[in-house]
Amino acid sequence: MPINYYIFLAIALFCIGVVGVLTRRNAIIIFMCVELMLNAVNLLLVAFSKMHHAVPGAAANAGTDGQLFVFFIMVVAAAEVSVGLAIIVMMYRNIHSVDVNFLNRLKH
Amino acid sequence: MNALILSAVLGVVMMFSSVLLKQKSAVRGIAITGLAVLLLVNILESRGISFFKIDVSGMMHFDRFALLSISIALFATLVFFILSAKDMEKIGADYGEYFALIFFITCGIILVASFKSLLILFLGIEIISIPLYILTGADKRNLKSNEASLKYFLMGAFSTGLMLMGIALLYGASGTFDVERMREMIAAPGVLSVAGMLLLLFSMSFKVSAAPFHFWTPDVYDGAPTAFTSFMATIVKAAVFIGFIRLFDETFGISQEKWQIWFAVIAAATLFIGNITAVFQQSVKRMLAYSSISQAGFMLLSLYAMNVSAKEGILLYAAAYSLATIGIFAVLNKLNDYTFEGFNGLARQQPVIAAAMVIFLLSLAGIPLTAGFLAKFFMLKAVIATGSGLWLVIFAVVMAAVSVYYYFRVIQAMYFKEGNATIAASGGFKWSLVGLAALIILLGIFPNLLIYWLYF
Repeated sequence: MPINYYIFLAIALFCIGVVGVLTRRNAIIIFMCVELMLNAVNLLLVAFSKMHHAVPGAAANAGTDGQLFVFFIMVVAAAEVSVGLAIIVMMYRNIHSVDVNFLNRLKH
Repeated sequence: MNALILSAVLGVVMMFSSVLLKQKSAVRGIAITGLAVLLLVNILESRGISFFKIDVSGMMHFDRFALLSISIALFATLVFFILSAKDMEKIGADYGEYFALIFFITCGIILVASFKSLLILFLGIEIISIPLYILTGADKRNLKSNEASLKYFLMGAFSTGLMLMGIALLYGASGTFDVERMREMIAAPGVLSVAGMLLLLFSMSFKVSAAPFHFWTPDVYDGAPTAFTSFMATIVKAAVFIGFIRLFDETFGISQEKWQIWFAVIAAATLFIGNITAVFQQSVKRMLAYSSISQAGFMLLSLYAMNVSAKEGILLYAAAYSLATIGIFAVLNKLNDYTFEGFNGLARQQPVIAAAMVIFLLSLAGIPLTAGFLAKFFMLKAVIATGSGLWLVIFAVVMAAVSVYYYFRVIQAMYFKEGNATIAASGGFKWSLVGLAALIILLGIFPNLLIYWLYF
């Protein structure tokens, strides 16, 4: 399959994530959309990694760093999830809601 | 490398010490000693004494610029610990963990200051950000702290997503994460690399709160516990700027002319929004948040110019801005009332502290004989040296003049208004403030004391 398909799929997923973050009001949904953005990047990195590997005359290990990067993104995303969910739970304990419209209260 | 490994170890040490030690003063003592050792080993490394020989496959590079910026960040953190560590007791019960998180952030700062690969940049930014989300929400019962933490987290995660997409696109265009090889590969920009660079530019602007990506800053800085606001508005922001300047110097330096207009627009917008909005604030804490945006605007001028003067200037700026702002936050943290009225009559009650405050505020406003003046001077000199952008220099000077208004409001409240603002300050706190003020004046007269370290 041409690389273009992967790029378009990844960009589409990424855009769904961005639009979700900007329009949804539920903190959990926003959070899922952020994860969608990260996973779109993972998909794109793996596709590019294969692409660079398949270039004629490329070194045997060409493109492996792209796949390595994906593992780092997964680990960091897991760390971010644990902190993020803790923050959302802390918020829920205090106001019994996960609606981000509450955030506007900070503005004076 | 010395400081990187030691700071990670110290983070773990602090976690254990919070469990094993009952006295808070002992925990604080370990943290301050540890940070002093960290600073010492980093200075030793810049003198050529490295304890660890680790093959990093060219992913990191500890050059003079990186080592000096790490030293500045560590020194500022040491000052922050000395002035504000005691006030962290008020925030919550997990006293030792706060120090542990700050040591982990230091680890991230070192990665960001020394990266050669976009992987390290990404890891560094995340190691800085994730503990900061926790510190922002450290005051668990306070709704403002909760909201600030959630907002910071959502915005931070979003901008991380943008950054990763930028890195992925650049990887697609160049086939490498190494910034120097990337520069060779993308000499002829295509769609992928331009889109990738723009996304990286946007996400880094988010992290340093440059307009129009600054909207989260005032709320987060206002809601976070004051001690941690002090840390993230100064040291973290300056460190991310170091990463920003390294990224655009080494990766995209070759196409500098095409990027200048973007930086000019972002810097002008940041200066304008930061300064004009700061004028209308009633709370000093919120005013300082906007002031940090406007100072970021000045620091962006170094990205516009990107020459030797800019690199010297950003280090001096990082030192001058961090030290002065840490001093002001340390005093603010001891007051009960964060509005301008809260400072009324402070000069009569605490003449020494008020005098030190005046020096910090003068430095932020950029009055001669203080470090802040020379920092701004270096920035403007760097922009003039590029031969273009005279309008930007004039605009920046006008905006610096506007900033005098809101900084002097605090001085006016302290000296010329009746009131009985007072703070319970120990002798040690007063003398630390005086020492900090003396250092700011010293740097304002002899900036080469700092810049010399780049070249010796």
